[in-house]
Amino acid sequence: MSTTTPTRPEAPEPLAPAVGHRRGLPRFGGTAVFAAGLVLAALATLASGWSWGLFAVYGIVLGCLVTYVVSRAVEGRRKATDRLVTALVSSAFAIAMVPLVSLVYTVVSNGIGRLDGTFFSNSMVGVVGEGGGAYHAIMGTLIITALATLISVPVGLLAAIYLVEYGRGRLKKALTFFVDVMTGIPSIVAGLFAYALFAIFFGPGIRFGLGGAVALSVLMIPVVVRSSEEVLKLVPNELREASYALGVSKWRTILKVVVPTAIAGLGTSVTLAIARVIGETAPLLVIVGITAATNFDPFDGRMATLPVYAYYQLTQPGVPPEFGIGRAWTAALVLIIIVMALNVVARLISRFFAPKTGR
Amino acid sequence: MTSLDTPPRKADKPTRTVRSAGDRTFAGLSTGAGILILVVLAGVAAFLISESLDSITAPAADVPGGEGVWSYVGPLVFGTLLAAVIALVVATPLGVAIALFITYYAPKRVAATLGYVVDLLAAIPSVVYGFWGLAALAPSLVPFFAWAERNLGFLPFFAGPASVTGRTMLTAGLVLAIMILPIISAISREVFSQAPALHREAALALGATRWEMIKMAVLPYGKSGVIGGAMLGLGRALGETLAVAIVLSVSGGITFNLISSSNPSTIAANIALQFPESSGLAVSTLIFTGLVLFVITLAVNMLARYVVNRRADFSGAN
Repeated sequence: MSTTTPTRPEAPEPLAPAVGHRRGLPRFGGTAVFAAGLVLAALATLASGWSWGLFAVYGIVLGCLVTYVVSRAVEGRRKATDRLVTALVSSAFAIAMVPLVSLVYTVVSNGIGRLDGTFFSNSMVGVVGEGGGAYHAIMGTLIITALATLISVPVGLLAAIYLVEYGRGRLKKALTFFVDVMTGIPSIVAGLFAYALFAIFFGPGIRFGLGGAVALSVLMIPVVVRSSEEVLKLVPNELREASYALGVSKWRTILKVVVPTAIAGLGTSVTLAIARVIGETAPLLVIVGITAATNFDPFDGRMATLPVYAYYQLTQPGVPPEFGIGRAWTAALVLIIIVMALNVVARLISRFFAPKTGR
Repeated sequence: MTSLDTPPRKADKPTRTVRSAGDRTFAGLSTGAGILILVVLAGVAAFLISESLDSITAPAADVPGGEGVWSYVGPLVFGTLLAAVIALVVATPLGVAIALFITYYAPKRVAATLGYVVDLLAAIPSVVYGFWGLAALAPSLVPFFAWAERNLGFLPFFAGPASVTGRTMLTAGLVLAIMILPIISAISREVFSQAPALHREAALALGATRWEMIKMAVLPYGKSGVIGGAMLGLGRALGETLAVAIVLSVSGGITFNLISSSNPSTIAANIALQFPESSGLAVSTLIFTGLVLFVITLAVNMLARYVVNRRADFSGAN
């Protein structure tokens, strides 16, 4: 207690006895009661043969039930309902974590076996059974994603600038609405679009890398527009007005003031957009296909990409199947690592290149 | 600094013309980019229609299945809707509960981190979900399917015979549910956190418990946001491809039986499975099914955006 600041009188004493007669569970009482329910559930599960799934079901049902009954007896109906909902909502979060943990565990434990030098340096030319790698698929994914980024970022950024700086009237409304709608286009439809587009020019059965880049762009552009728009909106209007007041033209204001201020956010949004499309399988399955050899030329012929490679290694592993399936899991693991790394990079960008106008 | 050597009038005129030229170019570029996006969206529809015309006009017997495009696409539409509805029924309550947990139950310090962890579910590629569904989820559901057949067999959903591999419609629906969970919970989280603080504090001041406060102040406010988020999730579930293609064991036909090995395929999964080996009219037929999927998802997404945007207008007026 500091003596320098005048302290207000403590809570009025006379109220205390009035509150005192209310009964309630002690602090963490709810958690303790729920844990008691879990113990009951464990016993029930043991009685009928142990399994984690059964324990989870019994645990949530019994935990919630015991919490409600005890609280109802001690604290009354309203508090009991409150505790029941707390238990349910927390269980829901726990349930959502189960697939995430299980997925990461499954992929890591299955994929770690082939995470070796061969996997990153060999293609699948002449490989039957053991060995082989995904060098060609990793390079294909990088090339196609880079091309898609080259197409999407200028278009997406300019469209976002249009929406924030220039747009008004019907065109702006229509664009905002349809960009939102476009984020929901199924990825396979984007692949079919690229196929239909290029089949008209190059005849049916066309498969090549650039088509994949176009398909990915259809998925990527709306993501870039939406997130860049949000970032550009955050740039304070005072900066723009200060620039105009100095006699700087609008386009120079945008390029020299607005975009540099928002550059961290723009970097984050582009990185997240890349992370969003780098794992796309369906459009590449349709328009790029798969090949065993390394192909660096996106304008000619089939290319392998990591997600499609993983899919085919799993579904057509060859004889004996275990080697193909092993390669498939490792490809899935590498894919997850790439996506997670991109997510981390996106967060780092926004942390280290944060806007300089922050107060 | 020395404005004397460059008289302002002379310097101004050329820069003004350059300025407006640059301005016009840049404005034109960015407007052009905006229009290009609309053109691409129209182009998706146009090119899908032009490439699927062959299969629509072809004699019914030539189309795969031998009965015309409409009876080819019928069971696929049914399978697509069935899987998506299962996903929606499972994911919506779970997503709303997670959103409530993160916004109003979790300690403030960890809430943002927990939200990020849930968002990680959205970052995992579809094909990896397929791997996981096939290798981890499907086998662990097999005992449940057997139990459901024994005890709930009177319901058409659990009529059996129960699958021994676990690659059933229910499994596919559950995988989809996990995939759309982050979408629903992210949008619900956003609207819940925007519920007016005055309403919430007023409820608490009147002695409401936390749940009563949420029931009175948060849920009515966030209702349309939740509906919009659920529909966006539905749109995503309708179009998911690889996860379903890998997990589901397909045999065609229309059935409500969720736990057997013979299931209708979904449009997207069917394209992924058939397209690489198809040619000629079969390709055209698959593009036609893609067009149907495009129309369905477009309708669902437009409706969802309409619902979400209407809420945004409403909350702006508050």
